[in-house]
Formats: sequence, structure tokens, C-alpha cells
Amino acid sequence: MLNQLLQLSVAGVAQGCVYALVALGFVLIYKATETVNFAQGDLMMLGAFFALTASVTLGWPYWATILFALSVMAVVGMLLERLVLRPVLGQPAFTVVMITIGVGYVLRGVVTMVPGWGTDTYTLPTPFSEGVVRLGQVIFSVQQLAVIGMTTALCIVLYVFFRFAKLGVAMQATSQNQLAAAYMGIPVRRVNMLVWGLSAGVATFAGILLAPVTFVHSNMGFIGLKAFPAAVVGGFGSVPGAIVGGLIIGLVEALAGFYLPEGFKDVAAYVVVLVVLLFKPSGIFGETARKKV
Amino acid sequence: MRFIFKTRYEQDIALFSHPGQVFWYGLLLAVLLALPFGLDEYVMSQLHFVLIYSIVGLGLMLLVGFTGQISLGHAAFLAVGAYTEALMQARGVPFFVSLPSAALLSAALGLVVGLPALRLKGIYLAIATLAFNVIVEEVITRWESLTGGNSGQHLKPIVLFGVPLGGDAAFYYLCLALTVLSLLALLNLLRSPTGRAFVAIRDSEISASCMGVNLAKYKTLSFAISAALTGIGGALYAHKVTFISPEQFTLLQSIELVTIVILGGIGSLHGAVLGAAFLIVLPQLIAVAKDYLPGNVGGSGLQAVVFGLVLIGFIVFEPLGLYGRWLKVRTWFELFPFYRKGMFRRQKSYMKSERLR
Repeated sequence: MLNQLLQLSVAGVAQGCVYALVALGFVLIYKATETVNFAQGDLMMLGAFFALTASVTLGWPYWATILFALSVMAVVGMLLERLVLRPVLGQPAFTVVMITIGVGYVLRGVVTMVPGWGTDTYTLPTPFSEGVVRLGQVIFSVQQLAVIGMTTALCIVLYVFFRFAKLGVAMQATSQNQLAAAYMGIPVRRVNMLVWGLSAGVATFAGILLAPVTFVHSNMGFIGLKAFPAAVVGGFGSVPGAIVGGLIIGLVEALAGFYLPEGFKDVAAYVVVLVVLLFKPSGIFGETARKKV
Repeated sequence: MRFIFKTRYEQDIALFSHPGQVFWYGLLLAVLLALPFGLDEYVMSQLHFVLIYSIVGLGLMLLVGFTGQISLGHAAFLAVGAYTEALMQARGVPFFVSLPSAALLSAALGLVVGLPALRLKGIYLAIATLAFNVIVEEVITRWESLTGGNSGQHLKPIVLFGVPLGGDAAFYYLCLALTVLSLLALLNLLRSPTGRAFVAIRDSEISASCMGVNLAKYKTLSFAISAALTGIGGALYAHKVTFISPEQFTLLQSIELVTIVILGGIGSLHGAVLGAAFLIVLPQLIAVAKDYLPGNVGGSGLQAVVFGLVLIGFIVFEPLGLYGRWLKVRTWFELFPFYRKGMFRRQKSYMKSERLR
């Protein structure tokens, strides 16, 4: 009984890590530009496809695949910001949301048109095979442990980046107060562009981690819709919140899939988000802003 | 150029601001009434969809365009309307009872969804409605004893006062009548204190509440009315497609409904109708274009790409939507040769922050 719970929890946390990374991408962009990027899941999908090309078509090793996909997607993210998002800066939030939805549509469609990608489902080879680790009576799959490990590593890297790197601190400053940041000599627009690149990179990382679980196909981006509740549960605009939110959603989903009747697994994330919004309208870690006139 | 010189207060709230409008809208109505006599079955069928989506678009326009609330869950109201109609018809309830019931049930659900809107703003509201949509879809799928789950529901043709509405023309007139009624209802609503309150909430919640607008009341009311119209649209939609199943009411459907509002032009009732027409015509154009494109480009992804590009293009280049474009063209002709490029330019707007420090 306890073993089962433990096993489910690890599976849930592994899934939650992917949600957390996608949610992290939402939050980074939201904090920087107050845009909610509905195309985050599709960026993840595109990143996974680039990784697929590097890995299968070009036959590169796993780490090179990751680096390749990350750098390509960072450029894609920056281009998106520059070409699509910046011209609509200052329009109502809802219009900007719709434009990112449009971007998502385009990405999903374009992927099906690229020769070699198309509408098929692919497997991304990883060094973490189907092996298992036994710990007493509990069995963990190496895959899940690898996902958890790599997510932790990325979080540490990001923490160090935001804490110590000049650019990271500049990003923090920009997201806290654009005007003040500009007065301090930070090129706000360029930093925002880089934030989009960073966020696309994080999404790509999530895509590569997710690839062995759901495989690579043009609709894998819809998982972004589950990462939304994750970001909201944690409080949109809080980086630790996104991680915690992702883990909560992943755990609840895994447990609901096992202990509750069929059908609850798919809605678990949304039920959680409604409950959280009911009691804390700005999420668990969200700051409660009072509107001043 | 026409200058309207108002001499009486009644002119401020008149349905038509000048006699020319009466003439043109009358002409439009006459043409619409005459349409079934000259068109083939396929075009008629598309016209049904345009009218049905217009009703839904009007409902959504009231919420998004006039009250400023975001909803990514309107497919759920569409589903409730469609299923209410289907289930009541299967139990022998006459149409003139089941249609209002569909509207009322949707409205009731709209009230429930409107409640969180009191506390939630912007993106949180969008997520809440999105979650609501997914949950409703799942409930419909799983409640097999009532809805038939994934095997769906079949509908018979409408029987109105004992007369079966066979044929495309009859259904067309029904849809047209309901669209015109919804339009008139919304026009009247927007000229009333309630409508003014909606617009005030859209423009600034703080100033609205300072002016004595009860935010809670009007936000939920807006959700309810919007949901009711969507429910009516759903009931007609169910009759149009004659078979409904949960996968017709997904989040993607909700997004499509919102694009009606965006493409048509936020904040104009004309826009809802124009947007609906555009949304129906677009796939037809794509189907035509497909024949001229190479295999992998003309595949299943083409529709998504075009749809996305149109959405992006409109927001970047024509934020006022189709109706805004029409206004510009008309002004160009009215003012010829004095039209200036910047006449419709957006006021310089800065990034409005939702975060407050």
C-alpha cells in the first residue's frame, strides 16, 4: 500500500517536473512582459522536433542534441518576441493572448508541413533506457528518476543564473520594474527578447524530457494546457510557485488516475486550479496586489 | 459626410440614428429574406452556420467586447445548449419550450461561472473558464446514462407548433429570425442603463464602481446573458449538425468562438456577424487553395497555419477587425479626397500593468 503510494508519487513528480518546466516558461514570460504565452506548449513541441532531427537524422549524441535544440529554440523565441509580440505591445492583455494562440496554431501547422516531421509520431532515443531501480519492494523507472534529476539540475542552473549572473539580475530587475530598470541602464527591450529566448529554451528542455513518455508528435504541445493550471496554482508570476504548482498538479493527477474512477485523471488539474482560485484568487505564491488609484 | 443634428433627447437612444440606416438595413433584411430562392443547398447550409455562429458571436461579443471579461470556455455553454435541446427533444418536449430551456440552463451555468469572475481578473479568469470548459466536456463524456457519452446524441428535425420544419429554407428563416431577435435584444440592452454599466466596467472597473455600478451584479448578468445566447446558438447548432458528441465542444471550439469576436472587431455588434461569416468562409477558401499547393504544404496543417496567420495578421495590422476595416473604407469614400492616414490610429497606449507597486 505504502509502496504503491511511493511509486505513484515518483511517477507523479516526474510528470509534474515536465509541467513545472512548461509552467516556468509561462512565468518567465509573464513576469517579464505580462504576456501569457499560450504557445508555450507548441514551442515545447517544436523544440522536441528539433531534438528529434539532431538525434535521429543527424545521429548526434544526446547532450549535443539538447544543446542544438536549446540554441535553435532560443533564437526562435527571440524572433517571436521581436516580430510578433513587440508590435502589439500595449494592446489589451486579451488581444495579446489571442496572438499567442495564433502563434500556437501556426507552429502546429508548420510542423506538419516540414518534410520528415509531418503528422506522424516519433520516438526520441535517450540514454536512459527502460531500466528500473529496485529499492526494497519499490520499483522506480530510470526514466522517471532521470527526468526528476535533470529538472533539479536545470532549476539549480536557473537559480544560479538569476542570482549571480549579470544578465539574470538584469532580467529580475526588468520584471520587477521596467521603468526603474531602464533608468539603471538596462536595455529593457533586449532583455525582454532574451527572456523569450530563455523561456523557449526551458520549454524545449521540457519537451526533450517529455519525449520518451508521450513520444514526439505535432499535438504534444497540448500538454501546455495542463501546465497552465500548474502556473496558476503556484501563482502566475512566481518562479518557485511554478515549480511547486507543477509538482502538485503532477502528483494529484497520478493519484487521481489510480484511486479515483476513470475520467478524473484528465480533469484533476482543472479541478485543483478551480479550488485554488476559489480560496486564493492569485495562487499559492501569488502576491496579493491591491489596486491603488 | 453626414452630420446628425440632434434636436431631441430621444434621438440619443434611437435604434437608428438616421433614415439612411433604416433603408440600408431594410434592404439587407429583404435580401436575406429572398436568399433561399436563389441559392443551392450547399451555400444554404453554410448560411445556416453563419447565422448560428453569429448568435454565439453576439453572445461572446457582449461579454468580451462590451463587458471586458475574458472567456475561453464558451464551448461549454454551446454544449449545454446543444445537449439540453437534444435531450428535451428526445423526451418529446416541443421546440418552443426546449429552446428557452436551453437558453435558461446555459444562463444558469453562466451565472455560476460568473461568480468567480467577481474575484478573478484577466488571465486568472481565462484559466478558470478554460478549466470549466474541460470539466464540462469531461462530465458530458462520462455521464453516459444521460448524454450517451462518446456515442453522442442524434436529433430529429424541429417541429414548430405541430408543423415539421423540413427543408433548408424553413430552418434558415428560423435561424434568421433568432439572429435578428438577438441583435435587437442586444441593441436595446446596450442602449439601456445595464448596457452602459457593462461598457463602464470594461473601460475601468474602479471608475465604474465609483459611479455606483454594482460590479458583482453586472458581471454575473453579463455572463448569464452571454451564456444564454450561446445556449440558443448551441440548440440551433445541434439541429444543424443533427449529431452531437463531446468532441465538438472542446477548448479548440472555444478558441474558435473567441476568434469570431477578434476577427470581427472587438466592441461592435456588426463585428460579431462579420466575424462569424469570415470564420465560415475561411475553410472554404482554404479548401479551394489546397488544390494549387504542393502535397506536404496542402496537408492537414494548412488550415491551422492559415487560421493562425489570419489571427496574428488581424491583431497586428487591423486591431479593429473587419468592421473597423469597413469603417475605414467608408470614411475614405465619404471624405474623399480628405482622408488622412492617421484618422483611425490607436491612441498612443502604454503597457497597462496588472501588477501594482
